[in-house]
Amino acid sequence: MQLERLADTFFNLQVMQQYLPKIVEGFFITIQIALAVVLAGIASGLLLALVRAFRIKALNFFIILCVDILRALPPLVLIIGFYFALPAIGIRMSAWVATWLALSLVLMAFAEEIFWAGILAVPKGQWEAARSTGLSFVQTLTDVVMPQAVRLTIPPLTNRTIAITKGTALGAVVAVGEILYQAQTAYSFSYNPSPLVLGAVAYLILFIPVVYFGRWVETRFAWKR
Amino acid sequence: MSGDRPILEVRGLHKSFGHLEVLKGIDLAVRKGELVFVIGPSGSGKSTLLRCCNRLEEPSSGSILVEGVDVMAPGTNINAVRRRIGMVFQSFNLYPHLDALGNVSLALRKVVGQSRAEAELAGQAALERVGLAEKANSFPNELSGGQQQRVAIARALALQPAILLFDEPTSALDPELVGSVLAVMRELRESGMTMVVVSHEMRFARSAADRVIFMDHGLIVEQGTPEKLFNAPDHQRIKDFIASIEH
Amino acid sequence: MEQLVHNFFNFEILSQAWPLLLAGFWMTVKLTLVVVPLGLAGGLVVALASTSRRRLVRWLVVIYVDFFRAFPPLVLLMFIAFGLPFLGFDPGAFIAVALSFLLNTSSYYGEIFRAGIESITRGQHEAARSTGLSVPQTMVYVVLPQAVKNVVPDLVSNTLEVIKLTSLASVVALPELLYAARQAQSLTYNATPIIAAGIIYLVCLWPLVRLLSRFEHRQIALH
Repeated sequence: MQLERLADTFFNLQVMQQYLPKIVEGFFITIQIALAVVLAGIASGLLLALVRAFRIKALNFFIILCVDILRALPPLVLIIGFYFALPAIGIRMSAWVATWLALSLVLMAFAEEIFWAGILAVPKGQWEAARSTGLSFVQTLTDVVMPQAVRLTIPPLTNRTIAITKGTALGAVVAVGEILYQAQTAYSFSYNPSPLVLGAVAYLILFIPVVYFGRWVETRFAWKR
Repeated sequence: MSGDRPILEVRGLHKSFGHLEVLKGIDLAVRKGELVFVIGPSGSGKSTLLRCCNRLEEPSSGSILVEGVDVMAPGTNINAVRRRIGMVFQSFNLYPHLDALGNVSLALRKVVGQSRAEAELAGQAALERVGLAEKANSFPNELSGGQQQRVAIARALALQPAILLFDEPTSALDPELVGSVLAVMRELRESGMTMVVVSHEMRFARSAADRVIFMDHGLIVEQGTPEKLFNAPDHQRIKDFIASIEH
Repeated sequence: MEQLVHNFFNFEILSQAWPLLLAGFWMTVKLTLVVVPLGLAGGLVVALASTSRRRLVRWLVVIYVDFFRAFPPLVLLMFIAFGLPFLGFDPGAFIAVALSFLLNTSSYYGEIFRAGIESITRGQHEAARSTGLSVPQTMVYVVLPQAVKNVVPDLVSNTLEVIKLTSLASVVALPELLYAARQAQSLTYNATPIIAAGIIYLVCLWPLVRLLSRFEHRQIALH
C-alpha cells in the first residue's frame, strides 16, 4: 500500500510518459552546451597558456588576473551576472549564450592553469637541447615542449572538464531548456516529482560513462606525485 | 638445548603465494642470546620466513612459538606477541611525520599504554643505545640512511623484545654507512639480545654469528657454525653462493 | 562610462542593499562552516570504508562515489528539496542544502582521502604492525597523518569548489549571498548588488586561488 503510493508519486508512468519527450529534448540541449563548452574552454585555455609562454610581463599579468578572477567566482554568479546584470549596460545575450560563455570562461581559466603548469614541468634541458639544434622558440614550444606537457595535463584536465560540464545544469536557473530545466518545469506543472526522477536518470545515463572515462584516463596516464 | 625453552620455535612452516610455494617446510629453533644468520640466493624464502614469524605474512601451515606462545593460535593477541618480536626492515620504514623520538615512542604509548613522559624517557634510552641520543628531535628526512636504520632499531628495541628480526638491514645503505649499523648490531649481540638476521654481510656473519643457515628454494639446505658453513660446507651450491657474494 | 557606474557601481544602491548583502554573506559563511566539515567527515568515512577487507563494502563505496559524482550538484539539491516533501518529510532549505552537499562532497573528499591513504607504502603499515599497533591504531597514528599531508593541495582545491557551490543554495531560496544579491537587484532595479556580491566572493576566495596556484605548480613540477 505504502509502496504503491511511493511508486505512484515518484514513478508515475502517466506523468513520465507525458514529459519524456521534453526530457529527451533537454538531454540533447545538455549535450550541445557541454560540447560547446569543452571545445571553447579547452581551446581558449590552450591558447592563453601558449601566449603566456612568451613571458611578456604586462600580458602575463593580465592573463593571471583573469584566470584568478574566473577561478574565484562561483559559475552561477557569472551566469546570473551575464544574463541579469549585463543588459543594464546594453549587453544582451540569450540564456544559452550566457550559460555557455560563463562555463567556457571557467573552463578556460582552469585549462590555462593546467597547461601552463604542464609547460613549466618540462625540464629546462629540453628547451636548451631543442634551441641548440637550431629550432626557433615557437618550434621548440609546439614540437618539443607541448607534446610532453600535454601528456602530463590529461588527467587533471579531464577531471576538471567533467566537473565543469556538469555545470550545464546551472543553465536551468536562467531557463535554458536543458535537462534540469525541463524536469523542473514539468514538475511544477504536474506537481509530481516523477519528472525529477526522469531528469536524474537522464543525468546518470549521460555522466556515468563520463565518470568511468575519467577513471580510465586516470589509470591510463597514471598521475602520481 | 639443555632444558630451557627456545625463544623462537618454527615447526613445519609452509607458505604459498597462490600456486607458488615459497616455504616448503621449515623447522627452526632459536635459543636465548643466539645470533642466527640466514643466507641464501634471492627468492629462497629468507625474508618470507622472517615475515611469517610475526605474521606480517600469514603462514599457510605449520606452527610458530615465541617464548612458548603459539603465534598462530586463534586466542592469541597478535599485537601483544608482536611487542615481543622486534623487526627491522630493509627500507627502514620510519614514520616521516614523526621525529626520531616520536618514531621510537609511538608504540610504547599506544600498545604498552605508557604516558607520554614515560614513553619518551624509554625512547630516549633506546636512542642512546644506538648512539643517536642527540638526534631525538630530528625528522627521518634529516638523517642519513645509517642513522635512520639505527632509529628503526631503537624503535624495535624500545619495546624490550625477546627477539629481534633483521630483514636485510644494510642492503639499502651506501657502503660507507653500513659499518655504523653493524656496530650497533654487534653491541646488541654482546648485550645478549636474541637475533635472527637475513643479510648478505658475510664478513659480519663470520665474526658475529653463532649459527649460519643456508636456505634455497624454500628449504633449509644446511646449517652450522660460521666456520663450518663458510669453510667446509657439505653442499657445493653453498660454496658457489658464497663465492658469488664475496666478490 | 557613466551608465556603467550608475548600473554597476552605484553607491547609493549599494548602501541600500548593504544590510541584505551582509546578511547573505553571513549565511554563506554559516553554510560553509556546516558543509565543509560535514563533507570532510563524510569523505573520511567513505575513504576508510574503501579500505575495508570486505569486498561488498568496497563495492558499495564505489557505487556511492560514482553515483554522486555523476549527478550535477544542483540536480541533487533540487531532487532533495522538491522530492523529499513527497515522502512526508520537508527538510527546509538549509537541511536540504546540507544533505545534498554531504552526499556530493563526501564523494569527492572521499576520493581524495583514498588517494592519500593509497599513497602510503606498505612498509609503513608493516612497520607499525610489527611494533604491535592494531589496524585502527596504524590507520590513526601512522597512515592518516601522512595521507592527509600528501593531499592537502587537493583538499584545499575541493574546499574552494565547495564554497563556490554554496551559491547553488540560492536556487532553493536559502538567503545566502547570491540570493540576497538577486533579491536586492529586483528591489532596486539595479545590477549593483550582483556586482557587489561578485566582488565579495572575489575578495574572500582570491587568497585560496593564489595558494592553490602555487600548490599546483609544485605538484606538476615534482611529477
